[in-house]
Amino acid sequence: MSVVPAEVLPGGALAADETSGRAPAELGPRARLWPSLGAVYRAQLSRARVARIPLLFVATFQSVGIMILMRGVVDGGTEAQAVVAGSSVLVVAFVALNLLAQYFGQLRASGGLDHYATLPVPPAAVVLGAAGAYASFTVPGTVVTAVTGCLLFGLPMTHLWILVAVIPLAGAALAGLGAALGLLAPRPELATLLGQLGMSAALLLGVLPADRMPEVVRFARDLLPSTYGVEAFARTFGERPAWGFVLGDLAVCAVVGVVSLAVATWAYRRAAVR
Amino acid sequence: MRGLTKTYPAVRARRGAPGTPALRATDDVRLDIAQGEIFGLLGPNGAGKTTLVRQLTGLMRPDSGTVEILGHDIVRHPERAARILAYLGQESSALDELTVSLAAETTGRLRGLDARRARAERDAVLDELGLAPIAGRPLKKLSGGQRRLACFAAALVGERPLLVLDEPTTGMDPVARRAVWSAVDRRRAERGTTVLLVTHNVIEAETVLDRVAVLDRGRVIACDTPSGLKERVAGEVRVELLWRERAPLEVPEVAALQDRALESGRRWTLRLAPEEARTVVATVTGGAAFAALDDFTLATPSLEDVYLALGGAAQKGLVKA
Repeated sequence: MSVVPAEVLPGGALAADETSGRAPAELGPRARLWPSLGAVYRAQLSRARVARIPLLFVATFQSVGIMILMRGVVDGGTEAQAVVAGSSVLVVAFVALNLLAQYFGQLRASGGLDHYATLPVPPAAVVLGAAGAYASFTVPGTVVTAVTGCLLFGLPMTHLWILVAVIPLAGAALAGLGAALGLLAPRPELATLLGQLGMSAALLLGVLPADRMPEVVRFARDLLPSTYGVEAFARTFGERPAWGFVLGDLAVCAVVGVVSLAVATWAYRRAAVR
Repeated sequence: MRGLTKTYPAVRARRGAPGTPALRATDDVRLDIAQGEIFGLLGPNGAGKTTLVRQLTGLMRPDSGTVEILGHDIVRHPERAARILAYLGQESSALDELTVSLAAETTGRLRGLDARRARAERDAVLDELGLAPIAGRPLKKLSGGQRRLACFAAALVGERPLLVLDEPTTGMDPVARRAVWSAVDRRRAERGTTVLLVTHNVIEAETVLDRVAVLDRGRVIACDTPSGLKERVAGEVRVELLWRERAPLEVPEVAALQDRALESGRRWTLRLAPEEARTVVATVTGGAAFAALDDFTLATPSLEDVYLALGGAAQKGLVKA
């Protein structure tokens, strides 16, 4: 290192190395997890407000439309409960899985991750902040769908409060999955495709009553994290909900959420520094 | 305060995508930048400027070589880069859907500022750059130059001793450009901020840079002050001849010049010793050649001439391809 100011550097020649005993410069502060998570969350929520409202309407109309269609097929009972629960969770799948996968896919492809990667922010804050914002954004659509479904099929609204647990947990599982897919997909089109496929799977396997499915499809249904959100929600429509099973289903969502968000964080770290 | 120099001696290479032969994007690049300097990287597209910058900012690991910024080894601790420098990349997609004000504030918070300081610095920077009137508008809705200025604002929130700016003024009008350079100058004067600038714009490079490194095919082919670089071609004068329709090759003197001229359409550019230039001007302004001449200029060399004189590859690519 040389200690001469710029003006003294010999013209043309590259400055020669001289050892100096200077202490390294003080580093700027590191952004801590929670404040930066909050900042990312807030920013994402605001961009969702600008760019995602039309898509949110689409998500809600899609679910309400499906329920209206299914009204001709199912006639009350557990099947109706499955349809309402499935359609409500579908809103979560649409936004948290599909849209988040697309967002991260595009961000990665366009080099937008560089912005975050050159800030001293923990990877988890970026992933969790974005996932949390997308999951929050599903709240109005999910509630509207659930209430509409209850009215359509004459289901009790007594336990709709369970959405307070279903949305964040199913949201965590699906948003984590969406973020991981978006960040791992080598190309943005592939991220979009995977997001769409995931949503289609949630639609077909979540909304259609499970009893009529062949064994293989039922197995696929068990593998899909959104299924557990649907099941947990559907159970609460019963006369006497089996709260133990509801908790069990929600626990599966929580575990999947933790794992997929951890994978997404790892994928972010990998994508940010190529 | 600290007269430290950042040292980037390095042997760097990056393998190309599969199927293409290995590509040395940066090849044994060695640069020393003094603190408080505005240092430029100049070079044609594909010269390795962006790769070099990605290595400096910890976004890409060099295959070999070292990067040291203000006493910190960035190759060994790439995560420290984010705490010591602010980077303005060419992409704004991470901020596009935010409002100008939120983009600046969020970036500040992610640079570790608490909410109050982030807001205070945001307001100060937006005022300084004249962005306050459009603070509430999303970046996406702004013109290219305004968007760029908003990204620059975000880069300034949360003070860093080193600014790495990749073509910061692209698309900006002169007012915005002046705002950028006066903001940079103020930081340098007050806090000794160092600036590394990637640029294509030779005219801007000439006016704002202290020193400039010219990069070509991953190598530093020259590194000096702009005036120092210009001295290298000081013995030459640039003569530009603009013909009416085509060059009068039937005039022997003109035909003799053809080999030495860079042709682009009706325009010939010649770099000549002053003596020769005088002869050429005398030839073309008299006799048969003058009838075919539309316009001509005689100029002392600019940084652009240096760039062209040094960048052998680029010169061929630009003209003869």
